[in-house]
Amino acid sequence: MTRHIVSPKVYLLVFAVLIALTAATTQVARFDFGPLNVVAALTIAAIKATLVVLFFMHLIHSSHRTKVVLAAGVLWLIILISLLLSDVLTRGWLPAPKAW
Amino acid sequence: MPDSELALAHHFVDLDQQHDAATLGMWVFLVTEIMFFGGLFAGYALYRSIYPAAFGHGSRLCDVTLGAINTVVLISSSLTMALAVRAAQLGLRARLIAFLAATLLLGSLFLGIKFLEYSHKFHEHLVPGAGFGYSGPNSRQVQLFLCFYFGMTGLHALHMVIGVGVLLVLMVLAWRGHITPLRSNSVEVAGLYWHFVDIVWIFLFPLLYLVDLHK
Repeated sequence: MTRHIVSPKVYLLVFAVLIALTAATTQVARFDFGPLNVVAALTIAAIKATLVVLFFMHLIHSSHRTKVVLAAGVLWLIILISLLLSDVLTRGWLPAPKAW
Repeated sequence: MPDSELALAHHFVDLDQQHDAATLGMWVFLVTEIMFFGGLFAGYALYRSIYPAAFGHGSRLCDVTLGAINTVVLISSSLTMALAVRAAQLGLRARLIAFLAATLLLGSLFLGIKFLEYSHKFHEHLVPGAGFGYSGPNSRQVQLFLCFYFGMTGLHALHMVIGVGVLLVLMVLAWRGHITPLRSNSVEVAGLYWHFVDIVWIFLFPLLYLVDLHK
């Protein structure tokens, strides 16, 4: 049987952690950590998203096939963002020849 | 005929395969949604790194209190949705309808607060376009931030509206007794969609409202 019925205690615990992390990210944002502000915001958001995916969306009890599908989606998102930024933000690092 | 035969569509071998196909189908759709929102997130990351000062100004035009309240509202709606899925799997009809209704109310509350935020922006002439009235420095780039703000939160809100519609349909189905433990795939799959929309907001809130708050 693939259907795994999760205890409400698990849902309530995940919910409490998600609310605590929301409070944490809102408070952390009030202080200046330089570039680490974005890192902190994205790290907390990634932890929250992982909790939602694993427990609310039952990925922890899902088949390997489902896990591979999600992993492929996340991989392509990383490719999209990293290749876009590594192209545009590195332009001008090396001098381009004006004419041949 | 027993429910296990009625619940099984003829093109599936058994109920497990039917359940796997339903959830996998939704996950494949959600992956296309990751790429759909991903393009917007990538564009936002790019322009934010090109115009950090202007995006900082734009970000501080957002109401952090309303944004934080909405985050809590949406996470709460994910909890009630998860409990609705559980009620459907257990065949607890009254509880299923109650949790679906709670999710519907919380989702509508989110949209109401979003409407309030949008109307503030309209009154302050902070909507990109001909009537844009921001007079501070880097006005054009601040307008670009607000294009991302309205584009991303607007598309997210559209997903919420669709989710609310799905919840209404599920409530009717549950009311008529069409959702049984063996026929709870629809609720489960709608739950996956609802939680995905929650995750999009989990990233939108810090990126649009929070990262430049300290400046």
